[in-house]
Amino acid sequence: MSAPGDEPRAEGEQQPRKRRRLSVIGLLGELLITAGMLVLCYIGWQVWLADIITGSQYASQARSLSQKWDAEEQKDPTPAPTSSATAGPSGPAGTTEDVPVGTAPTKTADVFAALIIPRFDTPADPHFYRPIAQGVSNTQVLQKKGIGHYPTTGMPGAVGNFAIASHRTFYGGALHNVPDLRLGDHIYVETQAGWYMYQFRNLQYMPPTEVQVLEAVPEQLGVTADDRVITMTTCNPLLSTKERMAAYGVFEKFYPRAGGAPQEIATTVQAKG
Amino acid sequence: MYAALWRVLPGPWWVRVIILIVALAAVLAALVFWVFPAISPLFAPSDPGVST
Repeated sequence: MSAPGDEPRAEGEQQPRKRRRLSVIGLLGELLITAGMLVLCYIGWQVWLADIITGSQYASQARSLSQKWDAEEQKDPTPAPTSSATAGPSGPAGTTEDVPVGTAPTKTADVFAALIIPRFDTPADPHFYRPIAQGVSNTQVLQKKGIGHYPTTGMPGAVGNFAIASHRTFYGGALHNVPDLRLGDHIYVETQAGWYMYQFRNLQYMPPTEVQVLEAVPEQLGVTADDRVITMTTCNPLLSTKERMAAYGVFEKFYPRAGGAPQEIATTVQAKG
Repeated sequence: MYAALWRVLPGPWWVRVIILIVALAAVLAALVFWVFPAISPLFAPSDPGVST
């Protein structure tokens, strides 16, 4: 860009003006600089801004779904178990009935649950809240809904494995901060019935073909499960799809919807916007 | 190109600067909310799930 202040120069006042108007090279140069700026803007948007924008859209979707479930609960209260059920790590038979297990949606991309992980709250996303849809098709589910549920795995709270997938960055990047999880961190899966609380156990790094992480007992082929676990798979390293990462959690407690959201996530569930 | 743009803008220099800032903001908003989301599937990362 030329400032007008450049013009009253003693020698060759006429010539630079003329050259500027006629120069094809100059025009080409300006176009190339513009194109370069556009590419930089795109990269900046994709890496830093897009996930914040998409993430907040997903959060408000999850929140309005939760409010819809609340309204349905008030209209037609389910005969909830008298007290919130607990299951020890060994999952004794007596507690199995206390944890309701929903049926999986039959339609791909149907949203049937939501994910709340307080550890993932950031200044840009103060109340991490994401819908979970059925299926892991990249184009139908993961790019459109954010988090997908492996349809071959169990439902939240069921004995066995509840496995979900998400992009690490782009499309909301729900599992961007997976390496920040610490032992015992709470992972809540919300369904119409209530909130299933899992506790983070460990991370695993693996090749993209490691489908054994989806087994009822992850990495144990043909073993009958007696634990309830959650497996969250995403890409590793950041901005690459060379490896996969799995984060595991073990079921700890169920909070029925009738009793309201647990204290820890009450603000997330009720926050506006 | 930009020199010509500067010349065709009306008013004193500070009016032109304001016009350019507003135009730049409009262009950036259009890029962020319409253009970039529309072209981003072209550069989409592959499936992040596990599969054989």
